[in-house]
Amino acid sequence: MSLLRIRNLSVDFATAGGAFRAVDKVDVDVAEGELMAIVGESGSGKSVSMLAAMGLLPWTATVTADEMSFDGTDLRRISGRQRRKLIGKEMSMIFQEPMSSLNPCFTVGFQIKEALRQHLDMDRKERHRRAVELLEMVGLPAPEKRLASFPHQLSGGMNQRVMIAMAIACKPRLLIADEPTTALDVTIQAQILDLLTDLQKETGMGLILITHDMGVVAETAERVCVHYAGQKVEDQKVEDLFTTPHHPYSAALLAALPERATERRLPTIPGVVPGQFDRPQGCLFSPRCKYANETCHKVEPPVQPDDLGRARCHYPLYSPLEKPAEEAHA
Amino acid sequence: MLRYILGRLLTFIPTFIGVTIVSFGFIRVLPGDPIIVMAGERGMDQERYNELMNQYGFNDPLLVQFWDYLTGVLQGDLGQSFVTKRPVWDEFFALFPATLELSICAIILAVMLGIPAGVIAAVNRGKFFDRALMSTALVGYSMPIFWWALLMIIVFSGTLGWTPVSGRIDLLYYFDNTTGFMLIDSLLSGQDGAFLSAVRHLILPSIVLATIPLAVIARQTRSAMLEVLSEDYIRTARAKGLRPIRINGLHALRNAMIPVITVIGLSVGTLLAGAILTETIFSWPGIGKWMVDSIYRRDYPVVQGGLLLIAVMVMVVNLTVDLLYGLINPKIRKR
Repeated sequence: MSLLRIRNLSVDFATAGGAFRAVDKVDVDVAEGELMAIVGESGSGKSVSMLAAMGLLPWTATVTADEMSFDGTDLRRISGRQRRKLIGKEMSMIFQEPMSSLNPCFTVGFQIKEALRQHLDMDRKERHRRAVELLEMVGLPAPEKRLASFPHQLSGGMNQRVMIAMAIACKPRLLIADEPTTALDVTIQAQILDLLTDLQKETGMGLILITHDMGVVAETAERVCVHYAGQKVEDQKVEDLFTTPHHPYSAALLAALPERATERRLPTIPGVVPGQFDRPQGCLFSPRCKYANETCHKVEPPVQPDDLGRARCHYPLYSPLEKPAEEAHA
Repeated sequence: MLRYILGRLLTFIPTFIGVTIVSFGFIRVLPGDPIIVMAGERGMDQERYNELMNQYGFNDPLLVQFWDYLTGVLQGDLGQSFVTKRPVWDEFFALFPATLELSICAIILAVMLGIPAGVIAAVNRGKFFDRALMSTALVGYSMPIFWWALLMIIVFSGTLGWTPVSGRIDLLYYFDNTTGFMLIDSLLSGQDGAFLSAVRHLILPSIVLATIPLAVIARQTRSAMLEVLSEDYIRTARAKGLRPIRINGLHALRNAMIPVITVIGLSVGTLLAGAILTETIFSWPGIGKWMVDSIYRRDYPVVQGGLLLIAVMVMVVNLTVDLLYGLINPKIRKR
C-alpha cells in the first residue's frame, strides 16, 4: 500500500495573464521506505506537486485531485489543524535554498527544538538532548556549540544539514527533499546526498528526491518519475529507465548525460519547455520531439500501461510490438 | 560595539553644531523685537531700551552673539528666559515630564494598535479587513491634527461629556510634584480618584497625538509583513506544522520589525512636533506649549535651548533604534 497516493493532481495558479497550469494530471505513489526520484527541468511542476501534497502552496494556487492521501488520510479534506499535526511530523520537507530557508532571527537550536516542541511531548532537557543527537546524526561537528549559532554563521552545506535535522526531528515516515543540493558546491552535494540516503536506510522513511540531475537519480533512487511541463511523462524503476526509456523525453535526457555521450558534442534537446501562452495542442513534448508526427501534434497522448513505464506517449520507445522504435515513428 | 557607539556619538557633533546655528538663526529671522515685547503695552523709553539692548548683547555683531551662545551651551549654560528670568535648563526639565508622559502614552497606543493591525491586514491581504484598515490609516495619516483634536473635543468632551476638555488633572486634586509624571504622582498622593482623573485627562490628547504614528506604523508593518511572508523561511515554518499565530507573530513579525522600528524611531520626532499642536489645543503644560509661547514672546534663549534639547533627544532615540536593529536581527549585529 502506498504511503503517499495522489491521483490526477492538477495545480493552477491565478496570474495576471489568466490561469497557469503548473501541474497537469499527475499521479504519485510512494511506498513506505521507498526512495523515489522526480526529475525534470525547471518549471516542470515537480516542486509544485509536492508542495501541493504538503499544503504549502500560496493562496494563488488552486489544487484539484481525484485522490490525495497520506497513509489513508485524505489530504484534500483535512482541516488546517489536522494538517499541522501531520506535516513536520509524519511528512516533512526540505528545500532548495538552505540559506534562506532558515529564519535569520533565531538560532539553529531554537528552530530545531521548535519542531520538537510542536509535535512531541518532551521537556526542555529532552529537547536539548534530542537536538544535539540530531545534529550528530546529520554530521555537524561540535553540535552543542552549533545549536547556539545563527544561520548566517554557518555555510550553505551546514545549513542544509540543519534543515535535514529539523525535518527528521520527529522521525517522519516520508521526507520530501526539494532539490536539496542545487544551491550547494559540487563536493558538498555528494555529501548531502549520501547523508540523505544513509538516513533513509537507517530510519526506513520514504524519501522523495526532487532533482533535475539524472546523475543524482542514477546513484540514489530506486524509482524515478520524469516530469515535463507539469505532466508526469514516465514512471519506472531506475535501472529500467536507464536501459529502456519509453518516453522520447526521458531518452533525450539520458542521451544528454555526459557519461553516455558517444560523440564529441553533447546532444541537446532543441527548443524550450512550453510556457503559459505557448502550450501546444496534443503532446506537450511534440514540438521538441524528433519522432513526433501529425497525431502527436493534434491528439493528447494516452498514458501507457505499467510495463511501458506509464509513458505519456502515442508511440513509446522500446515497445514490445516487434517493430523497432525508429520505424514505428516513421 | 563600544567603538560603534562612540563613532555614532562623534557624528552627533556636526549635527549638534548645525542645530545650534539653525535655532540661533531661526528666532532672529522672525520679525519682532524681544525687548519691545518684554516692555509690553506700557512701552519703554529710548534710554532704557538701549540699556537693555546692551545688557542682552543685541548690539554686538551676530557672530559674537553666536559665539557667546555656543560657548555657553558647551559649558551647559542655555541662558535664562527673558520672561521668567529662570534658567532655560530648569524650565525645560520642569515641563518635560508632562510632554514625555503624553508622548509615551501616544507611542504605546500607536505601537499596541498599529503593529497588530498591520499584521492582521498583511495576513488577510486584499480582504475586507485589509482594505478597511488601510483606507482608515490613510485618512488618519492625512488628518490635520488641530482639526481632528477639535472634532474629538466637540464629540467626546462636549456632546458626550466623557472626557475633560483640557489640562492634566481636575482642580480638585492637589499634590506634590514628585516625578513630574501625573499618573505616578497621582498614585503616590493616595487621593481618591486622582489617578482616574489623570487618566481621563490623558485619553484625548494621547489619541490625537497617536493618530499619525499609528497610521504610519500600521502601514509600515503591513508592507514589511507582506514582504517577509513570501520568504523561504516562512514556508519552512509552515512545513514544520506551526500554528499560524506563531508563524505570523513570531517568525514573520520579528523579521518585519526592522523597518517598523525605524518608523517608530522617526515617529518620536513627529511626536514632539505634534506635541506642539496637541499641547496647545489641550492646554497641556508641556514643552510644546512652552515653545509656542516662547516664540510668541520672542524669548530667544528658550526657543534656542528648547530646540536644541529636542534635537538631542531625537538623535539619542535614533541611535537607540540603530542599536535595536542588532538585537532584533543578529545578522545586522555589528562585530
